[in-house]
Amino acid sequence: MVTNITNFGRSGLSDWLVQRVSAIILALYTLFIVAYLLLNPGLDYATWSGLFAQTWMRIFSLLAFVSIAAHAWIGLWTVTTDYLKPTGLRVGIQTFIILAIFVFLVWGIQILWGA
Amino acid sequence: MSTLQVSIYRYNPETDSAPYMQEFQVDTQGRDLMVLDVLHLMKEQDNGLAYRRSCREGVCGSDGMNMNGKNGLACITPLSEVVKKGKLVLRPLPGLPVIRDLVVDMGLFYKQYERIQPYLQNDTPAPAIERLQSPEERDKLDGLYECILCACCSTACPSFWWNPDKFVGPAGLLQAYRFLADSRDTATRERLTELEDPFSVFRCRGIMNCVAVCPKGLNPTRAIGKIREMLLANAT
Repeated sequence: MVTNITNFGRSGLSDWLVQRVSAIILALYTLFIVAYLLLNPGLDYATWSGLFAQTWMRIFSLLAFVSIAAHAWIGLWTVTTDYLKPTGLRVGIQTFIILAIFVFLVWGIQILWGA
Repeated sequence: MSTLQVSIYRYNPETDSAPYMQEFQVDTQGRDLMVLDVLHLMKEQDNGLAYRRSCREGVCGSDGMNMNGKNGLACITPLSEVVKKGKLVLRPLPGLPVIRDLVVDMGLFYKQYERIQPYLQNDTPAPAIERLQSPEERDKLDGLYECILCACCSTACPSFWWNPDKFVGPAGLLQAYRFLADSRDTATRERLTELEDPFSVFRCRGIMNCVAVCPKGLNPTRAIGKIREMLLANAT
């Protein structure tokens, strides 16, 4: 068993499962947004704002945000462990990535509920 | 007379400051020789050339090397299969430290093999006769036990190149599944616990280089998929 402290779920199995589930959620969200834009040509602000005012859309969006946060953490953590060999540089970049993901997530929540 | 141009990786750490490629002209007399035969002909020209070989029939797994960019066993690879435009390029297995010429240090490869405990573990009292298996249980080991540990697969795997100290690699994982799938082994749960971290199994990205190069036609990627299924079944 190889120990790890900076990966998302502390276990390869949970990271692997989260990566797959989050990928499906992100695929569904992308399909939904693209379909919505295609079915609503000449979209105006009121319609777009109205879509995001509904609770189910906020839940769906937050789910997508959380998914992309987890997905990016797991994916970028893997990239850093493959290619960044000096420990200081690797831990530094991993910390930066995790903090940036946190900032983007909070920012996303603020946009969803702030307007 | 037909000559084959061979470019071969040479490195002797006692005399060379850096590795280099040496050119050889080998007379094959128009025959479709195995790459190992060509190496013998080259050794007649330069007896300082170092490579491993033993059984010369694809059983011992000693002469794994990189031939025109693809790993394989020199003894069972005919020239007609690898030579492109009359030229053959021979290099040691990628990713492992070179001891001399085509001879690599397999230490990390064996260490990962040792880590998966490649032996039957059974904590029940030994029966008077053999531990029996049904034909169906025995069938599960086909495609797993045939591995000869030549290291062609693991040294073709980028995940093993980047993390050979943490990722078990396709050869080790094929054997890990060989014992996970064995009906006579009772250490399944302990074996799975050793494999659930993000490196040992899960560094596999499923690119299937291992399957493409295996000289025995085995499928480590499928075995890794089966290990993932067992881990998931055990932990959910």
